[in-house]
Amino acid sequence: MMDTVFFYIFALMTLGGAILCITRRNAIHSAIFLIMSLMGVAGLFLLQHAEFLFAVQIVLYIGGIMVLFLFVIMLVNLDEEARHRQFNRQWLLGVASVAVAGGSFTLFLRHQTAWTALPVAGRSAPAGNTELLADVLFRNYLVPFEVASVLLLVAVVGSVIMAKKRI
Amino acid sequence: MTMTSVPLSWYLILSAVLFTLGVAGFLFRRNIITVFMSIELMLNAVNLSFVAFSYQWRQVDGHVYTFFVMVVAAAEAAVGLAIILTVFKNRATLQIDDVDSMKN
Amino acid sequence: MFANYLPTGAEYFRLLPEMILTAAGTLIMVLEPLTGYRRKRFLGHLALAGLLAALWAAVVAYSSPGPAFNRLIVVDGFATFFRVLVIVVGILTVLSCWDFLARHKAESGEFYSLILFSVVGQCVMVSANELITLFIGLEVSSIATYVLAGYLRDDKRANEAALKYFLLGSFATAFLLYGVAWIYGVTGTTNLVDIRQILESRDVIHPILAVSTAAALMFVGFAFKVSAAPFQIWAPDVYQGAPTPVAAFMSAGPKAAGFAILLRVYLTAFGPIDQSWVPFVWTCALATMVIGNFAALAQNNVKRLLAYSSIAHAGYIMVAVATGTAPGAAAAMFYLAAYAFMNVGAFVVVSHISGRGERKVNIDDLAGLSSRQPLTAALFSVFLLSLIGVPLTGGFFGKFYIFKAAIDSQLYWLTILGLLTSAVAAYYYLRLIVVMYMRPAVDGEEELPPLGGGLKTALWASALGTLALGIFPSAVLNFAGASGAMLVR
Repeated sequence: MMDTVFFYIFALMTLGGAILCITRRNAIHSAIFLIMSLMGVAGLFLLQHAEFLFAVQIVLYIGGIMVLFLFVIMLVNLDEEARHRQFNRQWLLGVASVAVAGGSFTLFLRHQTAWTALPVAGRSAPAGNTELLADVLFRNYLVPFEVASVLLLVAVVGSVIMAKKRI
Repeated sequence: MTMTSVPLSWYLILSAVLFTLGVAGFLFRRNIITVFMSIELMLNAVNLSFVAFSYQWRQVDGHVYTFFVMVVAAAEAAVGLAIILTVFKNRATLQIDDVDSMKN
Repeated sequence: MFANYLPTGAEYFRLLPEMILTAAGTLIMVLEPLTGYRRKRFLGHLALAGLLAALWAAVVAYSSPGPAFNRLIVVDGFATFFRVLVIVVGILTVLSCWDFLARHKAESGEFYSLILFSVVGQCVMVSANELITLFIGLEVSSIATYVLAGYLRDDKRANEAALKYFLLGSFATAFLLYGVAWIYGVTGTTNLVDIRQILESRDVIHPILAVSTAAALMFVGFAFKVSAAPFQIWAPDVYQGAPTPVAAFMSAGPKAAGFAILLRVYLTAFGPIDQSWVPFVWTCALATMVIGNFAALAQNNVKRLLAYSSIAHAGYIMVAVATGTAPGAAAAMFYLAAYAFMNVGAFVVVSHISGRGERKVNIDDLAGLSSRQPLTAALFSVFLLSLIGVPLTGGFFGKFYIFKAAIDSQLYWLTILGLLTSAVAAYYYLRLIVVMYMRPAVDGEEELPPLGGGLKTALWASALGTLALGIFPSAVLNFAGASGAMLVR
């Protein structure tokens, strides 16, 4: 029962934040509502016993990535931007694409019996435990973990090029 | 651990709606930073699906995938915002239609 | 107890090319602040040495083929073929960028190390046997390429190219990931071989609609990366705005790796459900060939023309994917090898004639090239003839094997339209040759600089590769055939 109530609260945060994020005129407001949406997602992680991801979502996503966004928004000229037209003219193309995306998802999700027919998994370990996550990460997914470090190195080098005084 | 009363399909529908909102934001907005934020919405929809499926399968593999998606989102944000800043420096605008100088 | 989980030496050995490239890229970044502005070429030589060592490692790693690291990656003929291909593209790019970077006073260690890291990503992609590993490899390659596209960051066009590439690439990545999430939801695994087994098994009822939707979502991501219609819109602007050596790199390396993962995922994992994805690959192939070739007709900018031509070639390769068979995969592999040589070669020529600030990239700027620099004109003609598909060049056998595989799979319409659009393509390639040989040079044209050593090596290597594949195709084709067959085992 409590779960359902919390689900509704977090789902409302997520969707409300998302809708406001993509409709607000001011980029700062968009970013704040995006943070609200991300917090809703974090709450939904918690409901599904993904405690570690809940923490990472707050610390890394909201604390790291979104702060970066806010910094950049403040570096660029905001007032000038907010006066422009906010939505582009390709309504037809956009509506068509969104309709295709949304339509196919709803069409498919209406057949939700298909999901419940899934066989129950072999592994019986409870999900969400941080220790278990570390085990799986370092045993089963060592290569992507190592390659992710190369990815972060690329991001560092890339940002250096963009910011360096002289190429 | 007991199954919560919230069925998997609710999470999936929520995730699909969030993803579609992200797509809509990407296609309709003109401010480059808001366009980029729409991509973050899409990635979060993906993460929501991963965690929901992971819960369904009683695995933590889906959590690991979500973790990787977050790492990638961080790297994309660093590089993407750096690129956006150089564009702003050269053109003094962040309207996406104005950044279209190449034809023949 | 943890000893059981430690990877064995053989497993590290199979990952040797990636390790060498990463080490070389990191070393270059460490040495970068220690080298003066006039000595950056040294870092380029270091990058070249790293790539050559990785090339050697990719070949010897195949002496002990097999899966590694909990079956996350697999070193088989297919992986080795593409590893060698992307590393060779990296070598050609490094060789050909020296003159260009010196001309723009933009030589730096970052450029070389990003090329190396991008190649690392591509090597991981092509040997990945699991969707998350594949995705991380794809991101390493893509993010490095976004930055390279905007490397000349004070140039407005380069900025714009980087921005467009970045935004649309990330958008496509999200679709790819959403598809991966659904596949994971249906099968409970991301290992390609396991997915295949689950989809093949008769005792589980699959939500086929879910699997097909996932395949379609992932296809959106892959189609963006290989610039196939209707997701090709970014390619002309990005190729035109990016520095020409980077455009050469983008049109060959990431594209080959993109097709490699497309082939591996669809033929290995989604092989059992091919009736659900062949229709949209078919449609995509058709649209890509038509859009690429007809749009190229109207171009005056050579870089933009080559961008549309690269879209068109993605269309031909899509025809091979649409067959969904091992011979189709082999034909695609052969075509990608031939395409890498001829396309990199063509872009290298453009980077040579483009001049400072890349102002001379219109077709008219080619006028009289045959008298101004006969060797460059002759080699450019070889690449263009190969892009048309004239016999004795790699392009001819590439097209021949693709359309042969298509006919064997009863894809008659695609074959007919492919041949018709190839005829259209001949027009715009021949136009370039005609301008080079028939039209006199404009008076007062400043002299072209002589070909530098790196540029010359890159051009000759590309030309020899193009001709070798056209005259002795059998060795490469046999290898591609054997490794393509492994995909659908």
